[in-house]
Amino acid sequence: MAEVAAPLVHKDYHASKMGMWLFLFTEILLFGGLFLLYASYRAKFPQAFHEGGKTLDVFIGGLNTVVLITSSLTVALSITALRRGALVFCQCLLAFTVACAGTFMVNKFIEWSAKFHHGLIPGSEHMAQLPQGQSVFYGLYFAMTGLHGIHVIIGASVILWVMLLIKQGKVTGEDYVVLENAGLYWHIVDLVWIYLFPLFYLIS
Amino acid sequence: MTDTRETTQATGQDHGHDHGQDHGPLSYRFLTLIWAGLMVLTAITVAVSKVDLGFMNVAVALGVASIKASLVIFFFMHLKYENWIIKGMVLTAFVILAIAIGLTFVDVGYRY
Amino acid sequence: MDHTHDPQATAFYKPDETGGKSGLASWIFSTDHKRIGLLYLSLILLMFCAATVLGLIIKLKLMTPGSTLLSPQQYNAMFTLHGVIMIFLVVIPSVPASFGNIFLPLHIGANDVSFPRLNNFSWWLYVIGALLALTSIFTGDGAPDTGWTFYVPFSERTTTNVSVAVIAVFILGFSSILTGLNFITTIHRLRAPGMTWKKLPLFAWSLYATGWIQVLATPILGITALLIFAERVLKLGLFNPAQGGDPLLYQHLFWIYSHPAVYIMILPAMGVISEIIPVFSRKPIFGYNMIAFSSLAIAFAGSLVWAHHMFTSGMSDTAVLVFSFLTFVVAIPSAIKVFNWLSTLYKGSISLDPPLLFALGFILMFSIGGLTGLVLGSAGTDIHVHDTYFVVAHFHYVIFGGTGLGMFAAMHYWAPKVFGRMYDHAKAAWSFWLIILGMNVLYFPMFIMGLQGMPRRYYDYLPQYAPLQMVSTWGSWFLAAGLILMFWNLYQGCRYGPPATKNPWGGATLEWTLPSPLQHEAFHHDPVAPEPYDYKGVNPDG
Repeated sequence: MAEVAAPLVHKDYHASKMGMWLFLFTEILLFGGLFLLYASYRAKFPQAFHEGGKTLDVFIGGLNTVVLITSSLTVALSITALRRGALVFCQCLLAFTVACAGTFMVNKFIEWSAKFHHGLIPGSEHMAQLPQGQSVFYGLYFAMTGLHGIHVIIGASVILWVMLLIKQGKVTGEDYVVLENAGLYWHIVDLVWIYLFPLFYLIS
Repeated sequence: MTDTRETTQATGQDHGHDHGQDHGPLSYRFLTLIWAGLMVLTAITVAVSKVDLGFMNVAVALGVASIKASLVIFFFMHLKYENWIIKGMVLTAFVILAIAIGLTFVDVGYRY
Repeated sequence: MDHTHDPQATAFYKPDETGGKSGLASWIFSTDHKRIGLLYLSLILLMFCAATVLGLIIKLKLMTPGSTLLSPQQYNAMFTLHGVIMIFLVVIPSVPASFGNIFLPLHIGANDVSFPRLNNFSWWLYVIGALLALTSIFTGDGAPDTGWTFYVPFSERTTTNVSVAVIAVFILGFSSILTGLNFITTIHRLRAPGMTWKKLPLFAWSLYATGWIQVLATPILGITALLIFAERVLKLGLFNPAQGGDPLLYQHLFWIYSHPAVYIMILPAMGVISEIIPVFSRKPIFGYNMIAFSSLAIAFAGSLVWAHHMFTSGMSDTAVLVFSFLTFVVAIPSAIKVFNWLSTLYKGSISLDPPLLFALGFILMFSIGGLTGLVLGSAGTDIHVHDTYFVVAHFHYVIFGGTGLGMFAAMHYWAPKVFGRMYDHAKAAWSFWLIILGMNVLYFPMFIMGLQGMPRRYYDYLPQYAPLQMVSTWGSWFLAAGLILMFWNLYQGCRYGPPATKNPWGGATLEWTLPSPLQHEAFHHDPVAPEPYDYKGVNPDG
């Protein structure tokens, strides 16, 4: 059993990545609790979820899907760019990713504003008086897209921070695990949306 | 013996070179192809949702979403190129989530 | 052996001569796993004392029937705080965050965990969570009165300070996640050369299984706490029956975390017991593979059984059947451990030193608690005793008699290693007997009262319960006396006791090859991985 492990003082890339993956599991299960609620309530109120889904704008939802998937691509590309030494290109790709995050949030803002405009405000009289199940649908919609939106903001902030580190030369083509981990986080944000989009906008 | 692979990867003294095993970065072209696949799948899922297939709508939507998710996980997130330990860990996480939702349905499935 | 200098002078808790931070900053911003472990230990013990005082007050209130000592609202707040503090601030971090932090890296031959700064951050999250929990008591419209389970719909409606308390729970959960994540990565990545999985001490195995539960179950608690907060502040109505919500789904979410959480509490203590029993039997552990495997099996099976807390809640009968069956499955790996410990003791050369006393106490109390758990896991009997004192007695046997005694056993086993001084063995034995006596006098009558129908959490009770309630309160005094004697003895020993040798018990794991007390840097070069339970040629010093 000739096993050799990491020397005592050593920056361990595999440990960093393993730690990041473990952290991502906690994100998946955090949203998992909400998916559990969604699945249960959908089983309970298929008709109300059907009606609720119809009121959501497939165009904005679809647009946001395209925006997020594209931003996922640019993060993935940025790692390749960094490893190939194309620093400026890498920074451009990351800046584009952050811009996508901004676009996503603006779309979200427009969408939520429209819902608020129709009186669909959490805790309002109007919400409470909706038919049984519909208010649950909108409650879940706000909870899940809201929590996802918070993650978009966190993810974009992390990417901005990594851009700074690249600029300072602390993250380089040889030492890029921080960018990889930030990318992993961003992909998880994308991954959650890949499920949220059909569950809320398409299944109606 | 089972974990030789995991630990031998850590033997590299120069951390820059023991990283990512034997492959270089994924090419721009390959990543863009994955992206194109994701776009096509998005278009498909939106298109199918316009057709009324009854229960199959849910199945198709979730099926397509899962294919998309797999593309993101395996290629954008490099899981395909990680060692079996990380792969096993990812599987464990999803299995536990499936158990949580599945066993809840032992209750709600018979109650609602 | 180094005779040239006194190891006390260069102990890890003394200022580091080689530079770095000094004073308070060298503690609270320390990235040294040993210091972080001690930080955790001191706060956990402080919280333990606070919550124990609350428990004593509850027992004092219950000594006689009628409205004495506390108002009903104060009583509700007392048992809520007792539960929240004990569960989230004491029992969940207890063994892993303190002794796990100190000894996991040493057990695997590493000088620290994989992410030392994250380790420090997780301690800070613990501090912030504790402070927020305190804030929830003294601000707003009174301390939370929901019980530690925060069940809806009451937790959504009560005007007490539940919102702050659930945020505290969220942050404490985050702290627990980071500890688990750190331990999993450490075990995978930092094992010394030759330290194969089969040479891993069983304590490390138990922390590995625990780490997985922490990472995979705690996020569900996180979202549950956030949902309570959102329900209270934003009034989403997700659990409001008037709007179609289902309060039972809250219970599902809560227990999807909180049942696996009991294995976060018990597994590390089982790991401690697995370390202690062979050392004091001078025999290799019986069934190493099965004990290691049963830790993982408990972690997995523990995630399948949560709804046995909900048999009387009105969930579907199918679910009652399925979860009752699955609950019996989880008893198997726990029993495997108990039988393996007993087989290790069998024909061993037993020396009844204080750590073994506490370990034997663990086996006794855990067995009673575990077997009464089967009464609760069986749906038919559970309907009779659900939400009675029987449940309270059951989980105090498991959590206090199990995890609590496991923690005390760890303190007596490792204190000489950490502080380099030995406590008084006779006093330790006396404190053990007082604690065991106190626990049984305190909690056993609760089994009887529960079978007779005494509901838990009630402010007052019928006269027929008065005699046993009185006995139970006496038990709490014996227990308190035992705890005071134990803590005082340990404090005296660690402070003024005679110097401890390198290996006072004759342990074969790596920490016993290091000087007592532990030094700033444990290993100067990669150690050779030993057979952790082979005592040939390993003897207690002196």
